[in-house]
Amino acid sequence: MSLLSNTATLLGKELRTEFRSRELLTTTVVFILVVLILFSFAISPTAEESREFGPGLLWLAILFAASLMLQPCFLREQSNDTLSSLRLAVDDPFAIFLAKLVANTLFLLLTEILMLPLFSVFYNIPILPQLRYLLLVLLLGSLGISIAGTALSAISAQARMRELLLPLLLLPLLTPILVVSATVSVSLLEREPVVLWKGIGFLAIFDLVFLTALWLFGEYLLEE
Amino acid sequence: MAKRIILGAVAVLLVIASAYASFYIAPEERTMGVIQRIFYFHVGSAWAGMDAFLVCFIANLLYVWRRQEKYDWLGVSSAEVGLVLTTVVLITGPIWAHPVWGIWWTWDARLTSTFVLWLLYVSYLLLRTLVEEQDRRALLSSLFGIFAFLDVPLVFGAIRWWRTQHPSPVIMGGQGSGLDPTMKKVFFFTVLAMNVFAGFLIVERYILEKLKHEVDILQREAEA
Repeated sequence: MSLLSNTATLLGKELRTEFRSRELLTTTVVFILVVLILFSFAISPTAEESREFGPGLLWLAILFAASLMLQPCFLREQSNDTLSSLRLAVDDPFAIFLAKLVANTLFLLLTEILMLPLFSVFYNIPILPQLRYLLLVLLLGSLGISIAGTALSAISAQARMRELLLPLLLLPLLTPILVVSATVSVSLLEREPVVLWKGIGFLAIFDLVFLTALWLFGEYLLEE
Repeated sequence: MAKRIILGAVAVLLVIASAYASFYIAPEERTMGVIQRIFYFHVGSAWAGMDAFLVCFIANLLYVWRRQEKYDWLGVSSAEVGLVLTTVVLITGPIWAHPVWGIWWTWDARLTSTFVLWLLYVSYLLLRTLVEEQDRRALLSSLFGIFAFLDVPLVFGAIRWWRTQHPSPVIMGGQGSGLDPTMKKVFFFTVLAMNVFAGFLIVERYILEKLKHEVDILQREAEA
């Protein structure tokens, strides 16, 4: 029980820190917007190509944005020297990860929800009919990104060149998420939409595998 | 020392013998002709590379559990050897593919997942160069190695099941499609030879890492 209450307290702290400045959210939203517009300049897609490539580009933008957004996650604790106090405050260090990854998932989801209407307009893809499935894919995908990303940001925060290192470690690891979320989103947004439940299940399995790994090995990531 | 020389000699002889076997003993494949003979070396390296990564994964787990430096040395040695063998796979693959399929590269499941695997272990070695302190480097890279290895089946599954919009080239009619008995013998002999060779390289690299460590200690003592 203490894991849950600890997590809830820490989650409150994460959310308060972010919503005081909203730095992370604003920059991520702008970043995704810039990338989406640049993509469309780079390939100037026709209507059909938009449907075919748009969702993949959206996921790529999300992945890039996440690899930047997850940077401060542990760096902030490090530069404020708060990590050891955090560790002392909780019984199970997994609570720290759990709080951070839930916060990161919420931040990612929020930016994605803000981006979806713009994506729909720019790439001329109607999203409303399939919105609930799309949100499910976004939720599972963002959860996977956040689980792996939170773990790796704890690693990269302790290394040199950390700004470059995190994307380098994270992006290859997230290949399965990109492949599956993009494919599921493409088939959702086709003229005759199909829900690929197998893909959605695969995303859930990815999340579960990395959540278990984080639960098993997380405490070692925070060793002083 | 004598053991190392014997192991080295056996490894080299086995590789030479398997080269002879794949050029002169294995029968010529009917449609692909002489180029198919690269198959033995190509797949042999792939198997040995995977085995090296498996050794790396086990060493990573053991390091996190036992915290003995020798597991860190084993981890980096097997990762490097695995990376070299995977590089061989990625080079011999296109050499084989170009005359047979008419293209150097295709985004087929096995090629792509091998490439992602290669990238993951490049990141692993890169991470090691970016963490100064020895214990921290060993721990962080072990944890990343564990995450990376867990990712491999997911990468393979994701690419295999969802990257199928484009028909993948016919690779000798799919897996296990009846190798000729002599071919099979030569194939397994090459796999054995490459594994012994990989083992030899790992042992040598391990000893090098150990020596490096000893030099480090001596240097520190001399400075103190």
